[in-house]
Amino acid sequence: MSERRPSPLEQLAPGMHAVVCAIQGGAEFSGRLAGMGLVRGAPIEMLQNVGRGPLLVRVHETRIALGRGEAMKILVQESRDESAA
Amino acid sequence: MSPPPERAPQEQPLLVGLAGQPNVGKSTLFNLLTGLSQHVGNWPGKTVERKEGTVTHAGSRIRVVDLPGTYSLTAHSPEERLARDFIIQEQPDVVVMVANAASMERSFYLLAELLMLRVPIVLALNMMDVAAAEGIRIEPHVLEAALGLPVLPVVATRNQGIADLIPAIEQLAHAPTSFHPQKPQIAPPHREVFEELKGLITERVPAPFDPDWVALKLLEGDTEITGKAKAWLGEGGWPRIEALLRAHEDAVLDIASGRYEWIGRMVRAAVTRPRLGQVSLTDRLDRVAAHPWWGLLLLLCVFATVFWLTFHIATPLQVWLDEGVVEPVRHAARQMLASAPAWLVSLIVDGILGGAGLVLTFLPVLAVFFGALALLEDTGYLVRSAYVMDRFMHPIGLHGKSFLPLFLGFGCNVPAMMGARAIESRSGRLLTLLLAPLVPCSGRLVVIAFLTPAFFGTSALPVAVGLIALNLVVLALLGIVLNNTLFRRQHMAFIMELPLYHKPNIRTIGTFVWSNTWAFARKAGSFILAASVVIWALSYFPTGTLEQSYLAHMGRFLAPVGAMMGMDWRLLVALIASFVAKENAIATLGILYVQGGGGIISTLVAEVSPASALAFMTVSMLFIPCLATVAVMRQETGSWRWTLFEIVLLLTIALSAGIAVYHGATALGLDR
Repeated sequence: MSERRPSPLEQLAPGMHAVVCAIQGGAEFSGRLAGMGLVRGAPIEMLQNVGRGPLLVRVHETRIALGRGEAMKILVQESRDESAA
Repeated sequence: MSPPPERAPQEQPLLVGLAGQPNVGKSTLFNLLTGLSQHVGNWPGKTVERKEGTVTHAGSRIRVVDLPGTYSLTAHSPEERLARDFIIQEQPDVVVMVANAASMERSFYLLAELLMLRVPIVLALNMMDVAAAEGIRIEPHVLEAALGLPVLPVVATRNQGIADLIPAIEQLAHAPTSFHPQKPQIAPPHREVFEELKGLITERVPAPFDPDWVALKLLEGDTEITGKAKAWLGEGGWPRIEALLRAHEDAVLDIASGRYEWIGRMVRAAVTRPRLGQVSLTDRLDRVAAHPWWGLLLLLCVFATVFWLTFHIATPLQVWLDEGVVEPVRHAARQMLASAPAWLVSLIVDGILGGAGLVLTFLPVLAVFFGALALLEDTGYLVRSAYVMDRFMHPIGLHGKSFLPLFLGFGCNVPAMMGARAIESRSGRLLTLLLAPLVPCSGRLVVIAFLTPAFFGTSALPVAVGLIALNLVVLALLGIVLNNTLFRRQHMAFIMELPLYHKPNIRTIGTFVWSNTWAFARKAGSFILAASVVIWALSYFPTGTLEQSYLAHMGRFLAPVGAMMGMDWRLLVALIASFVAKENAIATLGILYVQGGGGIISTLVAEVSPASALAFMTVSMLFIPCLATVAVMRQETGSWRWTLFEIVLLLTIALSAGIAVYHGATALGLDR
């Protein structure tokens, strides 16, 4: 098992896989994310993250664009290998 | 499923709600089911469209209501509230849940919510072809067995599977007691509190609401239901519940992830996925289209093409309509009315037919623009442009989702206003509505396309581009100012799905073009017609000549203001007339300057200095939005105060810019 600490989704590098472990920011925000597949325990893949501006992730076969501010409120745990997805 | 019982003949038509998340092809399915029988209205008291239509099958009629596309059924947006209110209050016989077969897990989140509303559900598994192309294999009967509800694979874009869908709806509607689906259960850590909550509220929850569902929504922190429950329970009962909810604030996350666990169990046996590693077409296209810089370049090319098409296809059509249809009709009317009083002839020929002709000649531009837009939308490209533009929208207090409505404004500000509905937060929507009229619409572009060559000859293009740029700079500055004052840092979450690219569907595009163009003709058109009759009356009475009319009096009264911008009363009257519709400015100039022979262009150039013309165009571009836009703005903001604020704001900006440009141009020697 990975011992790495959760980090904001915003820091996940492109091509990396992770698992969502917490969502901060209230019921409304987490409710909106839930409808699009972003919930605690969901496997997530970073498709595009250039360090500034919005970023692009894949969750449950769905591509989702997120503002950088939103991506800071989502904590993820990096998966050790890609087969986790 | 039990066999359908004998149905009572000629009873009320069945009521069916069509539910589904965005990007599952729900509209395509709705169009296919209802065809031309559909009509579009608004949900009572809301600006959300309500589309309804009928299907006739084997002699019985089915009313189909297209529910707003929503990701979930928690009250985050008016759409989500409407969708669930419809199911709770109107109690449809069946809800057809449309899911995207290529991303089933996500699509099923809405299903998990719908199942809690105790309504019979038929699952239409759409986009089976897309799933197949992605290498996903689905066995619908396995899914049907797992879920305990009818599952029908369909490909709406190719009209496949629809023939089986309708009988399945009817069968379920006539045997609702046979409906025993699997439902997601609440996660063990919260089961106890759920039961306790339910026990506390059951007695107090009124009729159409289900206590189970209310308890669930309370745990999810649903604001609307929380408010309702507070009222139902009153001072006596609520504090106890509030304390329970506070102790279980984390339930919302568990409920959401519990739904996905349930979905995973339901789907597992029915779906086979390809091995990972292959790169899909969408990923490959997105490497360019969603790239921060390549994407921007592509966006510029795409939009330049849209404008080029709009003006190269629509403008000749516009000219043809004007010369080939409107003018002959007016001519014929004049001859038919030869013996009528002069004012009546003028009312019909100039006021009514003039106004109607204006609306008519405006339609090609809109239709072509909407067509290009629908094509981009239907392929999945349009949301990529919002993604690419997001970073540039933040300084003016908006995010990517506001880019599309603003872009729509280049065609016409009216759809831009309506497009702002897609923005979830109220402050973001309002800011977008306030900025949208600064996007130069095609009506204004027509005015500068007409006047710049007349006054600036070979430099026409740079002048026109400069005028457009001025508008966009003012838009950006106003956005920055408003964002730092009235809308001080109200953060809006940017969350948006980027659907798979797919082949556009002609039918979807056609329906979009038709319904939007028709909506414009109906709403804005009747407005323009009425207002053009009013302006006609002002320009005709009391003496029957424009020079002595009330309108001319107004223009002369305002002459001191005009003098600051180098404009005489005639230019001011043209500006006032442009309030009806922007392109009216040219027709009015034609009437005012052309007295007895001579072309409009040569007369204008002889009588108006380039400095005055430039000031006139600047003011036209920035002036208060046209009547139709004002009307829609009032409708969309739901407030006269914001609408008036906008009018005063734009009037101030336009006049200041007009004065500055005139004096600047005079200093450069453009006053002749």
